[in-house]
Amino acid sequence: MRSEPMCNWIVEKAEMKGSGKGPEGWFDVNQANVYFDHPYHAPMDHSLIIDFVETPNQVGNRVAVELSEESARRLVTSILAALESGTNSHMAVVT
Amino acid sequence: MKAGVITFQGHNNDEVQAYLAQPEESAPIGGVILLHHMPGWDESSIEMTRKLAHYGYNAICPDLFHRFGEGEPDEVAAVARSQGGKADDEAVGDTDGAATYLRELANSNGKVGIIGFCSGGRQVVLVSSHLDTIDAAVDCWGGGVIAGGKWTISESRPVAPIDLTDNLNTPLLGIFGNDDPSPTPEEVNQHEQALKDAGKTYEFHRYDGAGHGFFDFDKPAYRPEQAQAAWGEIFKWYGTYLSS
Repeated sequence: MRSEPMCNWIVEKAEMKGSGKGPEGWFDVNQANVYFDHPYHAPMDHSLIIDFVETPNQVGNRVAVELSEESARRLVTSILAALESGTNSHMAVVT
Repeated sequence: MKAGVITFQGHNNDEVQAYLAQPEESAPIGGVILLHHMPGWDESSIEMTRKLAHYGYNAICPDLFHRFGEGEPDEVAAVARSQGGKADDEAVGDTDGAATYLRELANSNGKVGIIGFCSGGRQVVLVSSHLDTIDAAVDCWGGGVIAGGKWTISESRPVAPIDLTDNLNTPLLGIFGNDDPSPTPEEVNQHEQALKDAGKTYEFHRYDGAGHGFFDFDKPAYRPEQAQAAWGEIFKWYGTYLSS
């Protein structure tokens, strides 16, 4: 169990470039807000929460996920693996 | 019981929406303000507001994140989190407005209590040290009463609530799980010592086998025995200080 304080409003923010699909369709994603804290929906005490947003400081388009710590770490591994394998395969086609 | 969403005037006379639950009781009764936790003005906060009404109190749960936008509570909470949460002066002002609203209800006996969970627990200690209009306070596992580590002083939260202990105007009940990482048992000890040193009226109840948020029956943290015991202490506290 983590021994660090929760409910601390600490949010890691990453500039994004891409698209997300929210309740009203596709939108431009320009920021990801990432934090490990109490989820809204997931039946967990703490989760890794990612909000992909279009307009960071307004209620609006958002794609949200609430993941267990283990799931989040698996996702990091998969993201890195997909980037490497995808990049390699596309380079092979080009060359 | 009758229940629904109302509005009242809060900090800076801003209109604040809130969930109000009232017993069908014409005889004068006390009121309780519920300060919700970090995930926002959510279903569990609404259910606990109804629980307070079920036990005979006019109960109100303000949407503390209302200034962050309009929309579904989880969407608004997401914006609140990205902007660092609610400012302390707004928490005090909105709670003061809620207290006025409760006192103006036709079946109010003039007594108002507050209860807060998680970040709301911290706000209970904060509010009780600023206002003299609260008759009983309950802090449920409020982290950040003590600054330090990841709990930093900021422009929107300029003072750690423990540093306001001399100004505490309200009998304070604290509910804590001994497995909670925020606040830790050591932090609870520190807060308790400050209350003793200042000669304040308080009671702290600490529960073994329970951590943060142990009232949340839809989360793994739920501890039914400890939750039942703690709710008993809460209603005993309100019975002492909010009765006619």
